Amino acid sequence: MIWNETIECMGREEMRELQSKRLSETVSRVYHNVPFYRKKMQSMGVYPEDIQSIDDLSKLPFTTKQDLRDNYPFGIFSVPMSEIVRVHASSGTTGKPTVVGYTRRDIAMWSEVVARALNCAGASRDDFIQIAYGYGLFTGGLGLHYGSEKLGATVIPISGGNTQKQVQLMADFKTTVLACTPSYALYLAEALEEAGMTADDISLRVGIFGAEPWTPSMRKEIENKLGIKAMDIYGLSEVMGPGVACDCEYQAGLHVNEDHFVPEIIDPNTLQPLPAGSEGELVFTTITKEGMPLLRYRTRDLTSLNYEKCECGRTLVRMNKCTGRSDDMLIIRGVNVFPSQIESVLLEMSETKPHYLLIVDRINNLDVLEVWVEVEDQFFSDKISMLEQLSKKIKHNIESTLGISVKIKLVEPKTIERTEGKAKRVIDNRKL
Amino acid sequence: MIIKQLSVFLENKSGRLKEVTEILEKSGINISALSVADTSDYGILRMVVSNPDLALKVLKENRFSVSLTDVICICIPNEIGALSKTLDILSKENISIDYVYAFSMGDKALAVLRTEDVKKGIDVLKDHNTEVLEAEEIYCI
Repeated sequence: MIWNETIECMGREEMRELQSKRLSETVSRVYHNVPFYRKKMQSMGVYPEDIQSIDDLSKLPFTTKQDLRDNYPFGIFSVPMSEIVRVHASSGTTGKPTVVGYTRRDIAMWSEVVARALNCAGASRDDFIQIAYGYGLFTGGLGLHYGSEKLGATVIPISGGNTQKQVQLMADFKTTVLACTPSYALYLAEALEEAGMTADDISLRVGIFGAEPWTPSMRKEIENKLGIKAMDIYGLSEVMGPGVACDCEYQAGLHVNEDHFVPEIIDPNTLQPLPAGSEGELVFTTITKEGMPLLRYRTRDLTSLNYEKCECGRTLVRMNKCTGRSDDMLIIRGVNVFPSQIESVLLEMSETKPHYLLIVDRINNLDVLEVWVEVEDQFFSDKISMLEQLSKKIKHNIESTLGISVKIKLVEPKTIERTEGKAKRVIDNRKL
Repeated sequence: MIIKQLSVFLENKSGRLKEVTEILEKSGINISALSVADTSDYGILRMVVSNPDLALKVLKENRFSVSLTDVICICIPNEIGALSKTLDILSKENISIDYVYAFSMGDKALAVLRTEDVKKGIDVLKDHNTEVLEAEEIYCI
């Protein structure tokens, strides 16, 4: 099943022509409408007329998450607010949230790419799609919702959480497609088991899983436990939301909707583009967005691109599973966590010093974050109740900042390694 | 009569207690009483030693999280009901006990008590004729 065969199976040369045309339009639009880009381009001596084709991409400036924060909330929007019909935003726990705005046409385009992704993953208008991603400022829920409706499927907009209800509706409504984070899928599988049911008692066929990194072995486990095909979907709110790329039935890399989002791979240190096939940082330029077009947005995700035609018939470039990050961001149970967030919580507490270590594990398929905090003389007490209170307070403060639960472990002073250079703050044992 | 007890934060790792006792040994410090309170992740080592100030210094130098805490040490007869009587004195005065460690041998029993208000605890016990040891007595048992 291919939703938009004209685009998805387009010849490479034709695709490059389409991209070139759309790119030069986008560059001209942001140059004239967004002072941030105008200044950036002027300072580099690059003008809209210099961008004639997709080969000129590397002349353009990069955009980073920090740029979005610096222009909070609407500074990078390229249309008047009256044209913006919706905003989404990141949780903003590392500082100012990053806000993205969509015009009516952007929402329509987003729905189109999600419909393509769902179709690519094997869903159709005959399916019942249970959307267990959070609805709200997070793009997961609403993004999948509009795409599923565009596809013509029957949507169950249940949002995240409420696990028993998820299982009940899944059984009663005979849900065929489940959309959520991969770790929540495994959690649902356990809940199903607890409810005394097996994969045979439900009608699930396909899972659309994203928003966090997961391994091939996790894919196998989900597929076995739920009796489905587990598909990877990729997206980020800055670029669009879910639907930027998605697995097809061959599960051999995620097809990027490159008629809207042009991917590049760069060396995160030199910032130079890398030849096809090399691994590096994924960068996207949006070429159809109206509300907030982005030039060369650095995703910080490390991966590689495969331009070979896929067995499914699609010619759209495929991105391989992300192998890591070029910054220190962790994704824990679908939530973006920067070690600096924990550092600032500790700095704000008078009782602690910011010597900490984050240990991330995946236990029973759920991410577990343990925070080691050194017990300094100033707040050491000879009473266990006092130390427990302290540990509870640290736990509470970190949890209310990150929005996920953590385990606190108090350790002796100077047990956390001090280094001259960049301190090692994270031990990730998940082996992703 | 206020006794300076040494309190040390210890992670639950094998060999940590031994390290503390070795450091004290090298500094010629004797341990009169010792107890460890433990949780799943860490423990608190509490000790009465011959030279608390020196012990504090050397343990700090060895990067332990350590502090001095005021405690009371009582000496009561080693007989049925003796501890109960003493605790009754404190409870009648609404003095709660944070922790206690004790040992008896021969006809005497010694108990180290930590109360919220140590000075008041000592006064109340003495008023009821309970033997409260001087710091010097216990540092050098």
